[in-house]
Amino acid sequence: MSDAQTQIPVTVLTGYLGAGKTTLLNRILSENHGKRYAVIVNEFGEIGIDNDLIVESDEEIYEMNNGCVCCTVRGDLIRVVEGLMKRPGRFDAIVVETTGLADPVPVAQTFFMDDDVRTKTKLDAVVALVDAKHLPLRLKDSKEAEDQIAFADVVVLNKTDLVTPEELEKVEATVRAINPAAKIHRTQRSGVALDEVLDRGAFDLSRALENDPHFLEAHDHDHDHHDHDHDHHDHDGHDHHHDHASDIHDVTVKSVSLRGGEMDPKKFFPWIEKVTQMEGPNILRLKGIIALKGDEDRYVLQGVHMILEGDHQRAWKDGEKHESRLVFIGRDLDGDKLRKSFEACQAA
Amino acid sequence: MPTVAPLDLEGHCVAAVFLNDVPHFALADGAIHRLDNGQKTVQANDGLLAAFHDAANDRLVTGGEDGKVFAIKAGGEVNELASAGKKWVTSVAAGPQGAIAYASGKTAFVRFADGRVKEFAHPRSVEGLAFSPKGMRFGVARYNGATLHFPAAEGKPVELEWAGAHTGVTFSPDGAFLVTTMQENALHGWKLADGKHMRMSGYPGKVKSLSWSVKGKWLASSGAPAAIVWPFSAKDGPMGKAPLELGTRGNMMVTCVACHPSQDVVAIGYEDGMVIAARFADAKEVLLRRPGKGAITAMMWDKEERRVAFGSAAGDCGVIDITA
Repeated sequence: MSDAQTQIPVTVLTGYLGAGKTTLLNRILSENHGKRYAVIVNEFGEIGIDNDLIVESDEEIYEMNNGCVCCTVRGDLIRVVEGLMKRPGRFDAIVVETTGLADPVPVAQTFFMDDDVRTKTKLDAVVALVDAKHLPLRLKDSKEAEDQIAFADVVVLNKTDLVTPEELEKVEATVRAINPAAKIHRTQRSGVALDEVLDRGAFDLSRALENDPHFLEAHDHDHDHHDHDHDHHDHDGHDHHHDHASDIHDVTVKSVSLRGGEMDPKKFFPWIEKVTQMEGPNILRLKGIIALKGDEDRYVLQGVHMILEGDHQRAWKDGEKHESRLVFIGRDLDGDKLRKSFEACQAA
Repeated sequence: MPTVAPLDLEGHCVAAVFLNDVPHFALADGAIHRLDNGQKTVQANDGLLAAFHDAANDRLVTGGEDGKVFAIKAGGEVNELASAGKKWVTSVAAGPQGAIAYASGKTAFVRFADGRVKEFAHPRSVEGLAFSPKGMRFGVARYNGATLHFPAAEGKPVELEWAGAHTGVTFSPDGAFLVTTMQENALHGWKLADGKHMRMSGYPGKVKSLSWSVKGKWLASSGAPAAIVWPFSAKDGPMGKAPLELGTRGNMMVTCVACHPSQDVVAIGYEDGMVIAARFADAKEVLLRRPGKGAITAMMWDKEERRVAFGSAAGDCGVIDITA
C-alpha cells in the first residue's frame, strides 16, 4: 500500500520577482527531458506553456496549534498535493513556484509535518533564483531575499551578464556568506543545466551531502583547491560572514560551521535535540555528517527549524577520516557556544 | 452472510452513492460509473476533487480541477451548474430549495435553484462547506474558525473563532451543533445556541470522514484505528463524555464511516479496504468485505437499508448486500 508507493519528488523554486523563475519554469516545462511536471504557482505569471497541470493556489500559511512559533505549513499546498495525488499517473514530479516575497520555510515544512503529504511526496530541493544585479538592493529592503538564499540547496545566480566581474565576485561572496552549504551556479537567462536543479535529493539522507563537494569546504583552508575563484575565503573561518558583510550591511543570517572528531552518541544526540528545541526558531537549516564512536557508518543529519532528521548513510570508506562536520544557518546563533558544546560531545 | 458485487475501476473513488437506487461511483478523473443493468459511464469534471450527495434532489454535486460544478442525476444526466474560473473548485455542498454552495480559493459561492449566484469573499481560503438543515444558512471552515452565512438575506455573517486550521465542516441534523475537522488531528464543535466550544481530540491521524447517526444522536469519525463515535444526544453534546470506539483493529486506520439510515449501526471502512458494520449498543461487529487493494474512501447505505456502495483509493469499488 502506501509504503510501497513511490514518493513524488517536489522541487521548490524561490526568488524575487524578475530573478528568472518563470524563465526557468518554462524551460522545465518545455525541454525534452522525458519527465512530466505538475506545477503549483501562487500567481499566474508569464508561463507561456499550455499545461493542464499548472495549478494556481492562494498562499495559505497555517500556524500549528501546538505553541511552536516556527511550526508553520502551507495549507494550500496540502490541499493541492492531495488533489493532484488522487490522479498520480499524470506526472513524475512537482515544482512549487513561490511568490517573490514568500517565506520558503512553511513550504518546506509542509513536506515534513503533514502526514498525507509526507506519505505521497518528498521534498527534493529548494532552488533560489538570485538576480545578480539587484541582490544588494533586495537585501537592503527585505528579509525574504536573505531567507530564500539561506534556505536554498541550490542558488542560481542569474543575470550575470548585467554585472561586472568584480560585482559578480562580490555578489557570490555575499551568497556564500549567507549560505556556505548551497551549490551556486552562475547563469544568464536562467541557463542552468536542468539536472543541476531537478532530482537533487537534497533532503534525501542517503544522498544528502554526498553530491555536494562544497559542503562545509568552500571556506576550509585545508582545501584551497576548492577555492580557485573564492579568494575571499582567506580569512579566519569563524564569523566569516562578517568579513563579507562589511560592504553589504544588510545580511543578518549567519552560518556556524563546526568540525570535530568522533562523537559520543550518548552526548551528541541529547545535545543536538536540545539545540534544535532551544534554538529551533533561529535555525533555518542545518546539515551534518557525524562520525559516531564505535559506529562503522557515517551518520547524516539535516534539519529545518525544530524538525530534525538523521540516519545512517553508508560505511566509512577505507582511509576516510572519521570526522564530524555540522553547519547551522540561521539568525542570532551563538557560534562560540555552539562550538564549545559541540566539541564537548566528542568521544574521549 | 453479506455478499459483495465488485466493480473494479481505475483510480481514486471520490464518492459512492445511490441515485434512484442505482449505485454510482465518482472517480478522480471525473468519470461517473454506475451499475444500471451493466456498467455505464458518463463524464463530469476534468479532474474531480469534491462531491456531495444532494439527497433532497437525488443527485450528486461535484466540483473539480476544471473550476466547474456539475450535477449528476440517475440515468446519466450530467448538467454543468456553475463555473468559478481557472482555480480549482475544492468543496461543494447542497442545501435547501435546490441551492448549492461551492468554494474556489478565498471565495464561497451560492447558486440558487433559479441560477442566481451570490459570492462570499473571505480573507483566507474557504476550506470546507456545509448547509444547515434548517433555514437558508451555510457554514464555511477556514483558518482560525468557521463563518456562518445567510445567503437569502443581507446582513453580517456570524464568526465562530477557534485557533488553528479548520478543513471541513458539518451541521448536526437538528442544526444545533457545528463540527469542523482540523489540520491537527482533532474535531472542534460549537453549540450554536450559545457558542460553547467542544474539543474532540486524541486522534492519531487527520479526520477525513464524518457521519451523523439517525436523528443526529451520534457523530462517527475516521482518523483512528477504530471508528470514534461521539455522543450528541445531551444538550451540550459530547462535552465531558467519552466516545465509543468501534471496530478497533490494531494499527489499521479507519478511513471512512457511514452510519445506518435508521439504526445505531455504522459501516466502517479501513485503510486496507476491509469493511465491517458495528452496532453502538454492544459493539458487535459483522464483516462486510475482506481487505482489498486500497483504502476505503467512500460509502453510502441505500434507502432500503439493504446495500452499501463503497469505493476505494485504488478503484476497487462495489456494492455489499447485507441480506443475501
